[in-house]
Amino acid sequence: MRELIFYLLIIVAGTGGELCVTRAMKAIGEVKDFRPVALMSIFTRALRVSWMWIGLSLMGTAFFALLAVLSMENVSLVVPVTALSYAAGALGGKFFLGEQVTPRRWMGVLLVCVGVTLVIIGRR
Amino acid sequence: MKSGGLHFKTYLLILLMTIFGPLGNVLLGKGMKRIGPANIGTVSDALDVLSRVLTSGPIWLGIASLITFFVAYTLVLSWADYSYVQPASSVAYGMVAVLAHFMLREVVTPIRWMGVLIICLGVLVVGHTPPRTTEPS
Repeated sequence: MRELIFYLLIIVAGTGGELCVTRAMKAIGEVKDFRPVALMSIFTRALRVSWMWIGLSLMGTAFFALLAVLSMENVSLVVPVTALSYAAGALGGKFFLGEQVTPRRWMGVLLVCVGVTLVIIGRR
Repeated sequence: MKSGGLHFKTYLLILLMTIFGPLGNVLLGKGMKRIGPANIGTVSDALDVLSRVLTSGPIWLGIASLITFFVAYTLVLSWADYSYVQPASSVAYGMVAVLAHFMLREVVTPIRWMGVLIICLGVLVVGHTPPRTTEPS
């Protein structure tokens, strides 16, 4: 039960955090200059976007949940199971960010979910 | 930016994500296995676990790898769709199984390998979709 809560935190907080970070980076615009000074400027600007802070907080929560699960289970089980966030991510991309998720992309996400299911079944 | 250049920098950053993400997770796993099951029933237990986490070499190396992953990830998200990048980076799940097998001596069953392979197949399907479906801001 405790592990299930940690998995849910990893998936929900992790995906929510990534969606918020994406929203912040989309507000910044496409990064075209990769020189260190330019990158620092971009990250400074990103830190002024509130979505970035919400995203980082959620990702921090997911990180500590991941540490807790890794102390109990093998990495080769934990990490693939967290791929269930792909379904949440595709839904979030569509409804939160307004992205057009094509049928082919949905099929890819479905395959990922099938793969995750086999990883769980393959637990010794 | 032209489509070829856009694809090149997208693939380059996804490659960095594919290397440093799994490496970070495996190093975290190594560190946490040494610490043992996290018993965080009381505040003093939680502080004890936290102090052991913060003094673990593999965990700090894992965090450094994950920060590298995060920087690449954040940059690529400034132009590519989230629903493209997230599944495309899932080839990292195969890398995790391989690294866990060789670095941590974890037993990966045939069914689990098949699951990892299907996850990677899902990646290939997603990789053949356009990286951006929304207008740049």
